[in-house]
Amino acid sequence: MKQVFAKPASLKDVQTHFCPGCHHGSFHRLVAEAMDRFGIAEQTIGCASVGCSVFLYAYFNIDVVESPHGRAPAVATGVKRARPDRIVFTYQGDGDLAAIGTSEIIHAANRGEKITVIFVNNTTYGMTGGQMAPTTMPGQITSTSPEGRNVDNDGKPFKMAELLSNLDGVAFSARVAVNNPKNVMQAKKAIKTAFRYQVENKGFAFIEALAACPTNWGMNPMAANERVGNEMIPYFPLGIFKNKENL
Amino acid sequence: MSRYEKKFVKGNEAVAMAAIEAGVECYFGYPITPQSDIPEYLSRELPKRGGTFIQAESEIGAINMVLGASAAGMRAMTSSSGPGISLKQEGISYMSGSELPCVIVDVMRQGPGLGGIDASQADYHQATKGGGHGGYRIIVLAPNSVQEMYDLTMLAFDLSDQYRIPAMVLADSVLGQMKESIVPNQRPVAELPIKDWAVRGTGGAVQNVVKSLYLGDGEMEKFHWKMHARYQELADRDSRWEEYQTADAELIVTAFGCTSRIARTAVDMARSEGFKVGLMRPVTLFPFPKKAYRELSAKCKRWLTIELSTGQMVDDVRLSVFRDADVDFYGRPPGAGSLPTPEELFARIKNNFKDLMI
Ligand SMILES: Cc1ncc(C[n+]2csc(CCOP(=O)(O)OP(=O)(O)O)c2C)c(N)n1
Ligand code: SF4
Ligand SMILES: [Mg+2]
Repeated sequence: MKQVFAKPASLKDVQTHFCPGCHHGSFHRLVAEAMDRFGIAEQTIGCASVGCSVFLYAYFNIDVVESPHGRAPAVATGVKRARPDRIVFTYQGDGDLAAIGTSEIIHAANRGEKITVIFVNNTTYGMTGGQMAPTTMPGQITSTSPEGRNVDNDGKPFKMAELLSNLDGVAFSARVAVNNPKNVMQAKKAIKTAFRYQVENKGFAFIEALAACPTNWGMNPMAANERVGNEMIPYFPLGIFKNKENL
Repeated sequence: MSRYEKKFVKGNEAVAMAAIEAGVECYFGYPITPQSDIPEYLSRELPKRGGTFIQAESEIGAINMVLGASAAGMRAMTSSSGPGISLKQEGISYMSGSELPCVIVDVMRQGPGLGGIDASQADYHQATKGGGHGGYRIIVLAPNSVQEMYDLTMLAFDLSDQYRIPAMVLADSVLGQMKESIVPNQRPVAELPIKDWAVRGTGGAVQNVVKSLYLGDGEMEKFHWKMHARYQELADRDSRWEEYQTADAELIVTAFGCTSRIARTAVDMARSEGFKVGLMRPVTLFPFPKKAYRELSAKCKRWLTIELSTGQMVDDVRLSVFRDADVDFYGRPPGAGSLPTPEELFARIKNNFKDLMI
């Protein structure tokens, strides 16, 4: 019998701690598939961040270094400059990358570090219990925006994929989602491209991954998945914002 | 001219030269006076030798790049002063929790706050008590000459690799900026453990994880006791200090860094007037050479601690000496014009002999 589907070799055969319906697991899988595709897991170093994805090492069969909150792009810079022949990626949440870590991500991008950044935007601080993030949608109720995000007070959500695409140092920037099969296929392709850029030494590649956090959104997995399509994508459009190969 | 010939250099340059001799592979820094000669020198010399130099976006960026390079198994280093060292504390805590070696050079300046660039020793507590969160210590080496800026920088790399504890060279603006002639010693060939814990890609072998998060029952507690034992081993094997004229001393002056140089002149002045005075200078501030202090205080009961602060190291001196020893303190908190003169220190020394002079 022909096998048509399998767990990526880069992933460990373990249960994750993610909540039901959480999209972190799906993005882990897509990252692992990209590593399998290029056969790079044994040469890859992951830079974990602080958030629900802190346990990167528990799920991937790769070397991992844990970074302080927001600092993964600086840590990845250190690793990549130390070992330019290795594949180095960060995996960061939206609180991590777009709030406390803005300085590190913008400068790593501007230097054109040859790393891959997976940025999981779930419009909230998942791990700490659903507080307002820089990416929280206007009007979105969170535990620290009980009346909904007030853009007069808090500003509007950051659009990181667009923002970074304006920097010359960025070679590839895309926003993806996994809320339906079509988007999964596109996300898979974009994440592969982001890793291929590094394999081919082409420069800094950024993936913004729109993700559901059913637990902190107070939704069941189905409703949370639908929110990605109904509310997030209209504000955070999917697509490729920069692709050096097409310039 | 040979690399190892006598040279007349600034303290900061000596640090940078020593780092290169020690085989530093990656330097990450951010400009701040009075240490900027270090990144300036290394930006010029390190790339020539195949090393990496990056001027980071901030001290936070710099220390985290050090974290990454060290995790990847490299000899990595950063340097800064006052406000920059404060920003690095988060990273130093993570590196301590992740058992990562590195060298941090702190050329102390005034504070709190922005502070000026005159000499200070008011960051003693920050350096020696674990300046970040969580309860950890780092190796702290205190040079008092340009030669020691060189030698102790080299030693910092070896000790840090050996114990997997970050090491700090705690200097001050006097030492960083003054010029003295030095002999750039060759790197001693130390037997160092191989970094089989580093993240280099598994290469198909076992997975390496560099982390500070321990969530299992009892795991974190175990980590703390393990590090506690390592700090003890460090204290037993690698405490360093220098004694001067202590054998018959009736009063021992104790000071570190640039202050110890002024104190030594004052000790000589006292000796020439017949006062039996000696000098005890800790070279390792962590581990503090407690045992040596204790042994000296078995005989000598009069002590005088001198610092460029309102008193920080004096706490460690008081904890180390026998209880019946009397520890006087003379401090000049940092600031323009606050460096004491030898005469001033000699006056304080004499004051400690008042009861004997009647
Ligand atoms: C310096 C610092 N500040 C705050 C925290 C607490 N903290 C842990 S995770 C987190 C945010 C995580 O949110 P995000 O990055 O969006 O990741 P998610 O859990 O949503 O995937 C925060 C604020 C911390 N660990 N360190
Ligand atoms: S809290 Fe949210 S982000 Fe974290 S695991 Fe649960 S669903 Fe995922
Ligand atoms: Mg989040």
